[in-house]
Order: sequence, then structure tokens, then C-alpha cells
Amino acid sequence: MKKELVEKIKANPDYQKLVKTRSGFSIKLTVAMLVVYFTFILTIAFNPSALGAPLGADTVTTVGIPIGMAIIVFAFILTGIYTKRANGEFDDLANAVKKSVGED
Amino acid sequence: MFNRIFLFLILGAVAVMAGGAIEGEVAKQELNMSAIIMFLLFVGGTLGITYWAAKRTKSAKDFYTAGGGITGFQNGMAIAGDYMSAASFLGISGLVYLKGYDGLIYSIGFLVGWPVILFLIAEPLRNLGKYTFADVASYRLRQTPIRTLAASGSIATVILYLIAQMVGSGKLIQLLFGLNYEVAVILVGVLMVLYVTFGGMLATTWVQIIKAFLLLSGATFMAVAVMAHYDFSFGSLFAQAVEMKGIEVMSPGGLVSDPVSAISLAVALMFGTAGLPHILMRFFTVSDAKEARKSVFYATGFIGYFYILTFIIGFGAIVMVYTNPEYLDVAKQAVSGGSPILGGNNMAAIHLSHAVGGDFFLGFISAVAFATILAVVSGLTLAGASAISHDLYASVFKKGEVDSMKEMQVSKMATVALGIVAIIMGIAFEKQNIAFVVGLAFAIAASANFPVLMLSMYWKKLTTRGAVIGGSMGLATAVLLVILGPIVWVQILGNAEAIFPYKYPALFSVTVSFIAIWFFSITDNSQNAKNEHEMFEAQYIRSQTGIGAEGASEH
Repeated sequence: MKKELVEKIKANPDYQKLVKTRSGFSIKLTVAMLVVYFTFILTIAFNPSALGAPLGADTVTTVGIPIGMAIIVFAFILTGIYTKRANGEFDDLANAVKKSVGED
Repeated sequence: MFNRIFLFLILGAVAVMAGGAIEGEVAKQELNMSAIIMFLLFVGGTLGITYWAAKRTKSAKDFYTAGGGITGFQNGMAIAGDYMSAASFLGISGLVYLKGYDGLIYSIGFLVGWPVILFLIAEPLRNLGKYTFADVASYRLRQTPIRTLAASGSIATVILYLIAQMVGSGKLIQLLFGLNYEVAVILVGVLMVLYVTFGGMLATTWVQIIKAFLLLSGATFMAVAVMAHYDFSFGSLFAQAVEMKGIEVMSPGGLVSDPVSAISLAVALMFGTAGLPHILMRFFTVSDAKEARKSVFYATGFIGYFYILTFIIGFGAIVMVYTNPEYLDVAKQAVSGGSPILGGNNMAAIHLSHAVGGDFFLGFISAVAFATILAVVSGLTLAGASAISHDLYASVFKKGEVDSMKEMQVSKMATVALGIVAIIMGIAFEKQNIAFVVGLAFAIAASANFPVLMLSMYWKKLTTRGAVIGGSMGLATAVLLVILGPIVWVQILGNAEAIFPYKYPALFSVTVSFIAIWFFSITDNSQNAKNEHEMFEAQYIRSQTGIGAEGASEH
């Protein structure tokens, strides 16, 4: 890529918007996943009995079971949210940038 | 000519198998006919696919990336297939069977790396790379040192993973099919070399997709059968399990006891996944970033679903296999008491398949388990062969001055060589304790491959010097800490106390790697470093927009 092209793309408002919104979004989702997962792992390390508490008086099912399942579902939903937005909004911006430099 | 060699090799493979089967009968081991028939069907079908794929594999691009024409859904299934190895199917269901809730903790650790791969890695990787992740790491850095480092990390990861898979496969096949260990290992090695050398990535991908489909179907059937027994109530299933094994199965046990181990394991699983060469390579098989994202979305869905199934299967085994005299290892019980099951805890899912579906379904699951091993070792071997041919041969030794046909030939030779190494190692490690091997593979992937890849994509100030020193230090630290840790130092080498007290080194080795990369990059004032900083912006634009990225090939 030539230097002029790099400068041209960097000055493109669509490109700036793409980089800004996408990195913000990626970081938010990454942090969400890390917070959920490390909260879970640290609970196991420091206070495992919190997850071992039964859900109710008449059941052996513990709090940890729905929480564990929920983390799996949460991970999947996060990938869905990102994929949907990236394949729509972000790709439109990227395509606009490509068009502006005659690449599509 | 190729086709003739191919037919010859198929006949050879079938002959080896038939020979082994007869031998099994002679040894009066229990021979599972339905398993063998279903396995032969799988092998026949996949060799058919390999034959079809061989005719479509004409260039290096076809060989490494199936021409870049795999769809997001197909690739998602193949990625899930790479990840759902026999070790995770039998190992995690066995762990749930043994410890209940702890098995779920492991599964979650294996899963949560995926969203992070999607948010941070999948897209720039697809936009910058061609065949291997070293393409990305060396995009603006010096080819020779970076590719050598990335290839060493890849080959180390691949060989360690291969050893674990080969030993597991030998034992599993011995147990399931009554074949002798060496025959089983050779059979796996020969078949994997066939798939990869003739069918390249296209065959490897389809073998993986078919196996993933079979595995998910079989596991779904088992989980549904278990739940049907309990009127689809988790409450009653768990109540029964608690009655048999005690209340401990419902809460976190001793698997991750201290905070350092817990975090270290989490780091290894998360970053290790993002540094596995055979997984990273899959992102080049799709046409663009859009399909790459879809791949991860589907893969995460399949893998998550699979882990929920293995959890149910593990509990199913507790209630249906645990005290069932049919699966009891009487000889072992006489020695050590308790109620050990035949073949050890990792056979829990296999016994459960018999408990819910009889001999026929046992045959199906056994065949699927074998198919799983074959598919995973094929993917690994292809990734290892690419590191040798594309990174070492074409880029380091020939400095890029090599035509695509020659490069493909070298990768086929590398595949055969890796097949031989895998067979020899598989046989050599038969009686060894290999519990540390997969952990070490993940630690290396997390400490050598991941930091270099990640920083090369996002950090402008990364220089060749920083990447090489930091990545090597990460690799060395991971290896050293595993050797000094409780598994190798105490259990294998027989010392009284571990020098490094934790089982999982990743927290330390990944930290060492990042800090060393940072330090040796920012203190690098060479002209070379300045050039590398300058090239960052063009690289970043390409990684963000896909301008200039590799497309799918024309056919």
C-alpha cells in the first residue's frame, strides 16, 4: 500500500468511524466475556461454596449449574451480537472505504 | 499416477485393518462387529471424499486452504470438529462422571476463548494472512526470524498434540476394537497421511465436518436418552446422581483449588485456543472476513452445545454406568476396591452408549470416537506440514523464491514425515504418563504463538527483536515450568517436591512473554525497528478493511 493511499484512507470519515466504533465494540464485548468468566473462576477459587449452594430446599441442583450453563449460552450470544453488527454495519463502512479508493 | 498410488494405499490400509481384525479375534478379545462395520463405512466414505478432493487440489492455495471457498457454516462445523477431539469428548464426559461439576468448569474454560478470538483475532487474521498465522506475524516484521519462531511454536504445539492424540487413539482402539496397540497407531497414522497428502485442506475439512456431524448426532441421542429416563427433568437426574455418588458432584471440588492455578488454567485455555495453529489455519479457508466471523459464531454454538451434552452424558454415566455390574472392572475392584469401570473413567461415555443403545449404538459411538481422532490428527498434521513447507521451506530457506507446485510437494513430504514421527512417538509414549502433554501444547500456544500474533496485529511498536526474544522466552518458560512442575518433576521424574508448585504455567509464561516482547521492542532503536513502525499503518488499514486481502480462488 502506497503512502498516499494510507493517508487518503486515514482521512476518510467512514474509515475513522469504522475503526472507532468497531474497536470500542470489540473491547466492550471482550471485557464483558472476561469479567463474566473471571468472576466465575475466582468464585471457584475463593468461595466455591457460593456455587455449591442448593437452588431451593427441595432440590439438590446447585446455583452453579444454571450459572455454568448460562455462561456457555452467554458466550454464544455474544458471538451472535458481534457477528450480526459486524456483518451489517461494519462491513458496510468497510465497503464504503473500499469504494472510495476504487477497491471493491 | 496419483490416482493409482491412491488406490494402492487404500487397499493397503484396508489390508492392515483386516489383518488387525483377524489378529484381534485370535487374541480372543471382544470384537465389536457393528463398530468395525461402521468404522469401515466411515473410512470408505472419507477416502472417497479424499479421492474427490484430490482432483480439486491443484495449487498450493487449494492444498493449504481448500481454495478459500469453504462457507462460514461449513467452517464453523470444521472448527468445532477440530476442537471436539476424542480427548474432549471422552475426557470431559469422564471428568463429569468422576467429579461432577468440575467437568463443567473445564468445558467453560475451553469455550470462552472463542468469543475473544472472534472480537480480536478472526478478522485481522483473515485479512492479513494467506496460509498460516506466521503470514500475519511476519507481515511487517523480518521474515526469517519471525517465521522461524512461529514455525517452531506451531511444530512444537502440533507434535505434542499429535502425541497425545496418537497414544489416546491406540489405547481407545485397542479397547474398542480389540486391535493391538501398534496396529492401531499405524492405522491412524497411515489414514491421516492419506487424507492430508492427497486431499489437502479440502478433504481434511470435509472429514472434520462429517465427523462433527456424527459426533453431535451421537452425543445428542445419548443425552436425550438419558433425559428421557428422567422425564426430561434435570432435578430428578441430579437427585439420582447425588444418591449414587454423594452431594459433592453438584459443586466445585478440588480440580482448581488455589487462585493461582485457577487463573493460570484460565489463561492457558483462553489464550492457548487463540494460538493453536490448526485452528488459526481454518480462518484462511473462507472467502472473507464476513464468513470468518460466521465461522466463529457457528463454531461457538456447536462447541457450547457439545459441552452441555457432555455434561448430561457424564451425569448419565453416573446414574446408568457407575454401579452397573456389566461395566464393572472386577479385577481392578479386587485390588483397589470402589467400583472402577472397565477401561477407566474416560470410558464412561462409551459404556453409557451401550447402556442406552445396546451393541449397535456402542458400535456407532466407538466408530465416531475413532473417526474423531482421525479427523483431529489430520487437521494437526496439515497445520504442522504448512509450517514446515510454507514458513520454513518457502519463506526461510528459499526466501520466497519458490513456485507453488514445489511448495506443495514439500508440504506433502512434510506430511509423510510428520505421519512417521507421530507413529513412532505414539508407540514410544505408549506406557508413558502423557497427562502433561496437552497442557504443555496449550501453554506453548498461549505463551509463544498468541502474544506475537496479537501484538503484531495491534501494537505499532512491536519490532522483530521484541517478538523473537519475547516469543522465545515465553516458549522456554512454558517448557521449563512444565518440566519443573508437579506432573513431570514429581510424578514422572520421581522427585519428592516440585520446584515450580503449579500444574499450569501459562499465567507466568504468558506474562514473561508479553513483558519481554514489550521491553525488547521499546528499547529497539535500530533503523529496522523504525521501518517496522512505519509499516504498521498500512497493515492496520488492511486488517480493518480487508483492502488487499487474499480472496477465494476462481474455481
